[in-house]
Amino acid sequence: MKSLMTFTMGGVHPEENKFSEHAAIVTLPLPKQAIIPLGQNLGAPPKPLVKKGDEVKTGQLIAKGEAFISANLHSPVAGKVARLDESVDSSGYRRMAIHIDVTGDEWDENIDTSPDVVREITLGKQEIIQRIKDCGIVGLGGATFPTHVKLMIPDGKKAEFLIINGVECEPYLTSDHRLMLEKGEEMLIGIKILMKALEVDTAIIGIENNKPDAIKHLNELCIRYQGIRVQPLKVKYPQGGEKQLIKATVNREVPSGKLPLEVGCVVSNVGTAFAVYEAVQKNKPLVERVVTVTGKSVRKPSNFLVRIGTPVAELIQAAEGLPENTGKVINGGPMMGKALTTIDVPVTKGSSGILVMNKEESNRQRPNPCVRCSKCTEVCPMGLEPYLLAKLAKLALYEKAEKEMVMDCIECGSCQFTCPSQLPLLDFLRLGKQRVGHLIRTRK
Amino acid sequence: MNEVLIYSLLSLALIGTVLAVILFFVAQKFKVIEDPRIDLVDEVLPKANCGGCGYPGCRNFAEVSVSSADQKQSLEGLNCPVGGNDVMKQLASILGLEVAEQEPMIAVVRCNGSKANSPAKIQYDGPASCAFAHNLYAGEGGCQFGCLGLGDCVAACDFDAIHMNPETGLPVVNDKCVACGACVKACPRGIIELRNRNKKDRRIYVCCVNKEKGGPAKKNCSVACIGCSKCFQVCPYEAITMADNLAYIDYEKCKLCRKCVEVCPTNAIHELNFPPRKPKAETVADPAGDAPVIAETKPRPARKPATESNDTQA
Repeated sequence: MKSLMTFTMGGVHPEENKFSEHAAIVTLPLPKQAIIPLGQNLGAPPKPLVKKGDEVKTGQLIAKGEAFISANLHSPVAGKVARLDESVDSSGYRRMAIHIDVTGDEWDENIDTSPDVVREITLGKQEIIQRIKDCGIVGLGGATFPTHVKLMIPDGKKAEFLIINGVECEPYLTSDHRLMLEKGEEMLIGIKILMKALEVDTAIIGIENNKPDAIKHLNELCIRYQGIRVQPLKVKYPQGGEKQLIKATVNREVPSGKLPLEVGCVVSNVGTAFAVYEAVQKNKPLVERVVTVTGKSVRKPSNFLVRIGTPVAELIQAAEGLPENTGKVINGGPMMGKALTTIDVPVTKGSSGILVMNKEESNRQRPNPCVRCSKCTEVCPMGLEPYLLAKLAKLALYEKAEKEMVMDCIECGSCQFTCPSQLPLLDFLRLGKQRVGHLIRTRK
Repeated sequence: MNEVLIYSLLSLALIGTVLAVILFFVAQKFKVIEDPRIDLVDEVLPKANCGGCGYPGCRNFAEVSVSSADQKQSLEGLNCPVGGNDVMKQLASILGLEVAEQEPMIAVVRCNGSKANSPAKIQYDGPASCAFAHNLYAGEGGCQFGCLGLGDCVAACDFDAIHMNPETGLPVVNDKCVACGACVKACPRGIIELRNRNKKDRRIYVCCVNKEKGGPAKKNCSVACIGCSKCFQVCPYEAITMADNLAYIDYEKCKLCRKCVEVCPTNAIHELNFPPRKPKAETVADPAGDAPVIAETKPRPARKPATESNDTQA
């Protein structure tokens, strides 16, 4: 049997724990109050267009992204703007947010809310990009990079492949998996739209082999869509990383510090492809997304279609409540997600899952000294030396850390996962990256 | 046997002499002329190499002092906080200059968000590094400006002058502090400030750096500055400024009258090393005794931030 394709360097295989993979997507009712933080995208936060007391409709533009890397924000609910105020975000810091008291769900009249699938792509390349920009689409894999910026290919560069990320390598999370099964057709139209915008002939959907139903389903659908093919991949973390996925699907290596476009690839998430379909075919802005609520002790692991701005507490409530022995609630997956400081924070464009961990599994163990086993260097998918970089960051030797390529770290956490001494490697790598990034910016 | 000994001795002596002559000329040629005063200055410096003066090490500070004396005929902007005025006077006398007396300083921790005042809402179990925790989250008590209590300042101190109090979870500065500023730089939240030592180590300062509005600030910490401006209005010396919902006492203008301490509704203004207060008196005698406080007979008009007022008494 021919072995499945995957990336070559490093990687780990954590327990998959995909409890919610058979739970169909459930639409959650609207919250009483929606909190919409302004900084939901990578880059500059958009400027608010509404003020206290304004009536808004679902899908109405409420904040406009003016900088080059920024994204528009739309009201996910219909209601009245209660206030523009700082609100605690997932890290506990207070950031600007628009609070809307929900009165109903009256959609903006230009939006097609019918469930019919629109297959015909009528818009041209520039119109597609403009529509995606207007609708505030960002990368839904977690990085929240504005999609329209990704589609604007600079002169002299040419994209050859569009790679669609259906890997979902994070354990526990199943939102992309369910989306592929339930909205496969729409997603493929979205991919077709992206292909048209990028002027590429080939799109490859990378899916890990632990989702055979999704692979089978999309393979059947792909027959009708020319140029799109499904590439089953071996299960290995962090295959969903942009650079790892390119290596796994088309066997090309992105040079250090460069974008995937350097090797003729553009990578997009399956969720983003679906959002692109809705934006371009239905003029529907990004106001809702699929979020997995899961965990070993969660009574009903589920996948919810929720409006942006819904408090996480309501999602957990819908999954039959917070278990008694909860230790941490994590925004994202167990590998890259961040623990929430409070569950009153809202769902944002970047939340792909809410993971509830019990006390025993979430508390850290006491770190022991490094035993030089080199396991972290073995598993690093970027070929770095995490033990060294963590040490350099700890000693504040940031110039040296920069020479050791700390900026290439993708923060996947494989090193910390594999460390037999339970050293907080990723924590110090993140510190190093932040400091070196600051160093590079001040040098300019 | 003898011959071998003699020849080897002779040849060694010859090589030695020739090399000595060469070395003599080389030494003449590549002689490094260094100002002898640098050595003298270096001698009086404390050799702590703490960097508190802003230069990497005492030797470099000595070099800079000498070149500054030669070029500008002054030692302006140069100060060794560790040695203090004594060392600077000695240094100046070596260089034949006068030096202005500098007020001794001390590091002050401007946060009182102890475990009791700002109870932990969440539990942090990551690495003990304030720099990392600052990037990660707001803090166990929820205050995004307050002390994280992980001791980066303690690790930065070369003088054993700052320690964590395990009871409060806050750092405490002791008398060994030489105001080198290492902890000030180490603190990712800018809580620590170098302030005037004053006579008898008496200090008044706002023990809070929270820039949030009163409500959210108070929600996380019972002793937060809520920006009510009461101290700002009561201060007779205009030493207090209000910015971003936060009061700040300028230590150069402050005359230690303690009026602000009394009016602060959240006890965010701290007084250190003062004798206990007399029971409520009309006029508070100036404890430092270097400036008389004029008793006020009529209520002063309330000052507003950034407006001129002519009741300056200082």
